Amino acid sequence: MLEYDVVVIGGGPAGMAAAIAAYDSGAKTLILERDVRLGGILNQCIHQGFGLHYFKEEMTGPEYADRFRKEVEKRGIDVMLEAMALSIGEDRTVTALSPEHGLVKAKAGAIVLAMGCRERTAGAIALPGMRPAGIYTAGMAQKLCNIDGYLVGKEVVILGSGDIGLIMARRMTTEGAKVKLVLELMPYSSGLKRNIVQCLDDYGIPIKYSHTITRIVGNPRIEGLYYAPVGADRKPILEKEQYVSCDALLLSVGLIPENDLINGSGVEMSPVTNGAAVDENRMTSLEGVFSCGNVLHVHDLVDNVSEEAGIAGSAAARYAKGELKCGECVNVTAKDGVRYALPQRVNRGEGKVRLFFRVDNVYKGARLVVESGEKTLVGRKFQVLAPGEMGSVDIEKSDICGDIVVRLEK
Amino acid sequence: MEKFDVTVIGGGIVGTAVLDRLSRYQLKALLLEKCDDVASFTTRANSGIVHAGYDCEPGTLKAKYNVLGNPLIWKEAEELDVPHLKCGSIVVVGEDGLDGLKELERKAKANGVEVQILDREETLKLEPNVADRIAYSLYAPTAGIVSPYQMAIGYADRAVSNGAKIVLEAPVTEIRSKGGEYILSTPKGEFSTRLVINCAGAHGADINDLAGAEHFETTYRRGDYFVLDSTERKNVNTVIFPLPTAAGKGILVAPTADGNVIYGPTAIDTNDSEDVASSLDSLDVLRASVPLTYKRPAFNKCIRVYSGLRTLIGHDFVIGKSKLRENFIMAIGICSPGLTSAPAIADEVLSMAQETLHAEKKAEYVTVMPRHKRIKELSEEEIEKLIAEDSRYGRIVCRCEKVTEGEIVDAIHSPLPATTVDAVKRRCRAGMGRCQGGFCGTRVMQILSRELNIPLSEVKKGLGANIARYRVKEVE
Repeated sequence: MLEYDVVVIGGGPAGMAAAIAAYDSGAKTLILERDVRLGGILNQCIHQGFGLHYFKEEMTGPEYADRFRKEVEKRGIDVMLEAMALSIGEDRTVTALSPEHGLVKAKAGAIVLAMGCRERTAGAIALPGMRPAGIYTAGMAQKLCNIDGYLVGKEVVILGSGDIGLIMARRMTTEGAKVKLVLELMPYSSGLKRNIVQCLDDYGIPIKYSHTITRIVGNPRIEGLYYAPVGADRKPILEKEQYVSCDALLLSVGLIPENDLINGSGVEMSPVTNGAAVDENRMTSLEGVFSCGNVLHVHDLVDNVSEEAGIAGSAAARYAKGELKCGECVNVTAKDGVRYALPQRVNRGEGKVRLFFRVDNVYKGARLVVESGEKTLVGRKFQVLAPGEMGSVDIEKSDICGDIVVRLEK
Repeated sequence: MEKFDVTVIGGGIVGTAVLDRLSRYQLKALLLEKCDDVASFTTRANSGIVHAGYDCEPGTLKAKYNVLGNPLIWKEAEELDVPHLKCGSIVVVGEDGLDGLKELERKAKANGVEVQILDREETLKLEPNVADRIAYSLYAPTAGIVSPYQMAIGYADRAVSNGAKIVLEAPVTEIRSKGGEYILSTPKGEFSTRLVINCAGAHGADINDLAGAEHFETTYRRGDYFVLDSTERKNVNTVIFPLPTAAGKGILVAPTADGNVIYGPTAIDTNDSEDVASSLDSLDVLRASVPLTYKRPAFNKCIRVYSGLRTLIGHDFVIGKSKLRENFIMAIGICSPGLTSAPAIADEVLSMAQETLHAEKKAEYVTVMPRHKRIKELSEEEIEKLIAEDSRYGRIVCRCEKVTEGEIVDAIHSPLPATTVDAVKRRCRAGMGRCQGGFCGTRVMQILSRELNIPLSEVKKGLGANIARYRVKEVE
């Protein structure tokens, strides 16, 4: 039985940042990473645009990951690679499987969940028609392209406008493929505005909002697909069905926090984020178990992941040492155009808390209001708020005088 | 040209079961399959239900082989180490449905099948999540679930272990007679055989035509399904049917032997033997129908949709010797309950074949196959021991289903080797979980590439379609 103050499950950007913060707070720390190297999904994100906020410089995904990997190495933090966490026992014992060490049991003073997210699949959206070869999640096509060196097709359609899909539209284009069309079910993109501009507009790739696929054609390989505009109920209007030929379809239709490890374990989950409900320390309803990064809620920017993981990591270290003070909590709820706010609970006390939020539609000139009890803590007008861009506001704990509500005034 | 005593055409559940029987005799037995794996069409896309046999019209072949096949498939699933569960089935009805259940009870009695009519309270004890309107059910304790494709793969593996030969990607394109033997032409060469057994599923009537045997009109009935996340498994205990209709057994809610839940199938008549495209309206039928029997539908937990085809020749199975061609046996038109009936059909076909072959049993043959190593099912001590012997059982490749590299390598080197991503998936479930191979797909491809010694771009999803198509920087 191994014993650590903090066991971090996942060695991607969240896990590394959490482990570094935990170590720097004096905790004996272990990272369990299921892949052969640290870095997680950043390793296949070879495009620019990482680190602008966190490091104030622009770098690629692997470069961003490397910064953190070097910090992990410099500190001599224990890392177990190819180690897949299988379960968390009641006494916070993590069981993992590894080819090198067999079944590993690590007893932890605190656990940080940092398993990231997975992509929603063709099956999850019940994509109609045939189920041939040539349909890939954008991330799988990205791995094949950037890690393995293979291109999945030459005539490409992309369903969904998540950031990975947009990035892959550009990547496939620069590799010589023709990206014929991007289809988005919603009337707006779920990706960052900058990616719409830099990955589609700059390359003249058309995007059709409020459109979806009605039928996949081809066997054993995709030959094309039918698509149609959708009505207000998001159901396709079949009379307006059109056909486009393609030899590959990429899906960028959403990311789902990968919480298999705690789903069904009684940890309170948010039905909106599909991650755990946490307090400002990112502690879940299970004492001593923290969550951060995309396993908590899906982020747009890795910079925010690093920041959040730092909070979780240092809090986990303090918890393991018995130094984390948890006072009386107030609940944080979202309404009136705000889809969710995180953390979902805040402990009363002293200090600043940054509330992250995501809206449910595109709003121009709306005012974001944060209220606590009878008091208005924040009232800030935003030029544009979009579902694809997470927002944040800071509040002072000392101002809290009751449950917190985050809402929009349109 | 290689000469065989007997050749089975078609590697679905019936063809593989027949080959399994033949492989125990001193015979040169061959199976020709048009796809790159067995169980590649009808057998891979059905409900996976072991039917009790209460609903078949008494006196039909369906009734006969279903009732005979039920105990056999339970026994053989055990022998072949194929996931199965005798969980029972219920046909559920509202207040007005009791007459329908009594009619089924009458048929059950005629067929010799044990059933019991339950009231709502008794039904809820078995299945707490039946819809609120359900007032009665017909409980069949001998029904249950089995992995249909693993059953066929299990038969194929056992047949190969016992010396039979399987040639894949070998659609039969011509059948001619020469000196009292049949010559079968395929893209993999010509094969000579004394006896032909037609188990060609959706193409059974075509094979009959090629041989000049009886001509049959075939129709098809497509069925779409939803597969739900394994997190839904805890909500379903038994196979839940509505009352059967002329179109079939109706839209069921059932656990799968691999630990998921399925909703389906619909019943859409088609003339196209390849039409397995799910349709929006058909999926909407499922969304509307499931709540009629089951109160916890969770379409948002869907991880996959699939469609299968029932092949219909008249109203019953066609099993027997051709009257037009000598030494030509047919087991075609095998729609539901074909999976349950397959072992009994295979026994019957074997005795018909023996009238020609008169073969002696082999002195030794395998009945109980070696157990598959599945990390998910082992104790901690067993896992430790296994990894100490071979560290590849400690390397999880498929995260959702917890499938290790060792299990994938086993699938690739099984008696009937898996040579495609789909074939690996059917054998060990890598890629069959909630991420649908999003993470492990490329890793499975790399293992196939390494084990088969082929470039990554040659690794197929299945049915000849590759996945990594072009090298980067290679596009003109």
